[in-house]
Amino acid sequence: MHPAVLGIITIIVGVGGCVGYFYGANLFLDKVLFPAKGPNAGRNINRANIIRPWLFLLPAMLALGLYLAYPVFATLRLSFLERLPGNQYAFVGFENYTRMFAEPKFMEAMRNNILWLIVVPAASTALGLLVAQLTDRLRWGSIAKSIIFMPMAISFVGAAVIFKLVYEARPEDVAQIGILNHLYLLFGGAEPQQWLTIPFWNNFFLMIVLIWIQTGFAMVILSAALRGIPEETVEAAIVDGANPFQIFFKIKIPQIMGTIVVVWTTITIATLKVFDIVFAMTNGQWETQVLANYMYDKLFRANDWGMGSAAAMIIMLLVTPILVWNVHNARKEMR
Amino acid sequence: MDGLSGQKPAVVWALNISVIALVLLWIFPTLGLFVSSFRTGDQITASGWWSAMFPAEQTLQFRAIDPDDNRIETDAGVFVVEGNVFDGGDALTIDSWGTSSRALDAYQIGDTADLGDGETLILNTDGSYIWQGDDEQISGRGQRLFINATVPPDFTLDNYSFVLFDEDNSEGMAKAFFNTLTVVIPATIIPILIAAFAAYALAWMDFPGRALLIAAVVGLLVVPLQLALIPLLSLHNAIGIGKGYLGVWLAHTGFGLPLAIYLLRNYMVGLPRDIIENARVDGATEFQIFTKIILPLSFPALASFAIFQFLWTWNDLLVALVFLIDSSGQTTVMTKQIVELLGTRGGDWEILATSAFVSIAVPLIVFFAMQRYLVRGLLAGSVK
Repeated sequence: MHPAVLGIITIIVGVGGCVGYFYGANLFLDKVLFPAKGPNAGRNINRANIIRPWLFLLPAMLALGLYLAYPVFATLRLSFLERLPGNQYAFVGFENYTRMFAEPKFMEAMRNNILWLIVVPAASTALGLLVAQLTDRLRWGSIAKSIIFMPMAISFVGAAVIFKLVYEARPEDVAQIGILNHLYLLFGGAEPQQWLTIPFWNNFFLMIVLIWIQTGFAMVILSAALRGIPEETVEAAIVDGANPFQIFFKIKIPQIMGTIVVVWTTITIATLKVFDIVFAMTNGQWETQVLANYMYDKLFRANDWGMGSAAAMIIMLLVTPILVWNVHNARKEMR
Repeated sequence: MDGLSGQKPAVVWALNISVIALVLLWIFPTLGLFVSSFRTGDQITASGWWSAMFPAEQTLQFRAIDPDDNRIETDAGVFVVEGNVFDGGDALTIDSWGTSSRALDAYQIGDTADLGDGETLILNTDGSYIWQGDDEQISGRGQRLFINATVPPDFTLDNYSFVLFDEDNSEGMAKAFFNTLTVVIPATIIPILIAAFAAYALAWMDFPGRALLIAAVVGLLVVPLQLALIPLLSLHNAIGIGKGYLGVWLAHTGFGLPLAIYLLRNYMVGLPRDIIENARVDGATEFQIFTKIILPLSFPALASFAIFQFLWTWNDLLVALVFLIDSSGQTTVMTKQIVELLGTRGGDWEILATSAFVSIAVPLIVFFAMQRYLVRGLLAGSVK
């Protein structure tokens, strides 16, 4: 069948199925199971109202359970197993983990991931805050923000191509077509550099791509937070003779600290999962491996499900503190 | 009022200039790719894209016309071929020229190139040449000519027609574009519907365990989808879906749901309580309240999530790699196609830039058209 036809059928079946399920289940509940008439009308209405929320929640709970909750446990289980020929599994305890920790490529991925986790959220948040503050009272500020926000819409793969062109190096005797090398030579560099192949520093050239994308996100949220600051606090500071920097660091920042933390953690999660950029630009060569790409390598290139799952569990482990913190905050809010 | 943008003109100037610098820094990389997608491969390698607006020096390769058909015997044993390298095209300003790829700029205009054993070639300003030699020399294939000329700025749409519409181009983007669209539309619509009902239940219905479920959704929000790859692929294989559109639709639905439920619930909770209570008092069923009141009022939140999910599924690589693309390559999506091109056509920037821009263009249009909703959604999702 032609995929387009299949797609249209899926939309019709999916949407129709959902609507039909919700409508039909409600109808069934109200008319057949617990009809709101007859001798037990009152009791029936109450019973129907106890069941109804679960009717509304059922598809979502099934999908969430199957596609997000179950895999966490399945992956945990797989990380303790070794796949044997013929779809058999053997329990190997922590062997996948010990093997993985012994691999230099894994330690490299860990080191790089930690670097990413330190640099990207900090740089994106700081730059986003800077732009948000600078454009706050600018007449054309919204245009500037639009442009800095734009990379949000660009795929990691698209961004990888964009920055590959920026980093492109050509032999010394012909024209440079990568802007970075062009500027490097212009400002006294000796010879064109293959930026992505310089160990250690190439990590930063990859991080720039993610920072470029995430700064807009940080800016949008922090800009809204800055606008939410009560004018009186700033005015009072001006009256007291505070200079602009004091106002920014001592008055504004403390008031939006909560938002800064939210932005920081959100970008941290995005950074932890970074895959496409490394996959498309270096594929982990020249010591640029990161956990997500390492895991993909193990799962689908080396076909080692045990070690791949162990790597995935490491990512999960790193996310867990933020998960707990988020849940804690959400519960506090609801009280 | 504001701390940094005081009344002093110098400060205002500094502020404007630094924002301009930041904006330029942010737009420059994308602009480079955009400009490159309208240049030919020769132009891209000859000069940086930033000089595309100005004339540039390029080395062009020509071959003299077929000597066997066009040669004229002027004297006994002396054959001559005359022609013009710019035949049928615009004349360019020639700076220097050569006859071998090892010495591209060996000669000036008016020089006579000595090709050995009395064979000669003369090139004039207007591009006309005279190639002279004996019977054996002036035969076979035409003499090669390398001309260094100043080429005026020139933009072309050929890359786009090649990448999108050329039937013979096996690496074209047309099919991948279509496949991406096929993935994206159901994967955007279905989670919205499922999430809207769940969000309503979590926002406005009272039942035991509600707080726990909301906490679970918040928790699932950050679970890396990397964990889901192998268990779900095995599951899909076990129940016979295998790799394909159905699998990728289901996967995107599952992965998109936490954010959808979270965003929609946050929005619905903020709707005025009176409307809903009044409707209940008037005897409306929950289903009616949902479809007639909540859904229309929640349009901004629905639009925000729709944009998120659209951008995310359109730009996704990992989920498509794992759940959709099989070895036949028939179901490849644009992101995968571009990664493939980065491997096989790493130096052909005209193809790479154009292909990348084809995939970037649609999200950019959506972004600029619906930025308001996107910002609103971001704020609802992060700031509480």
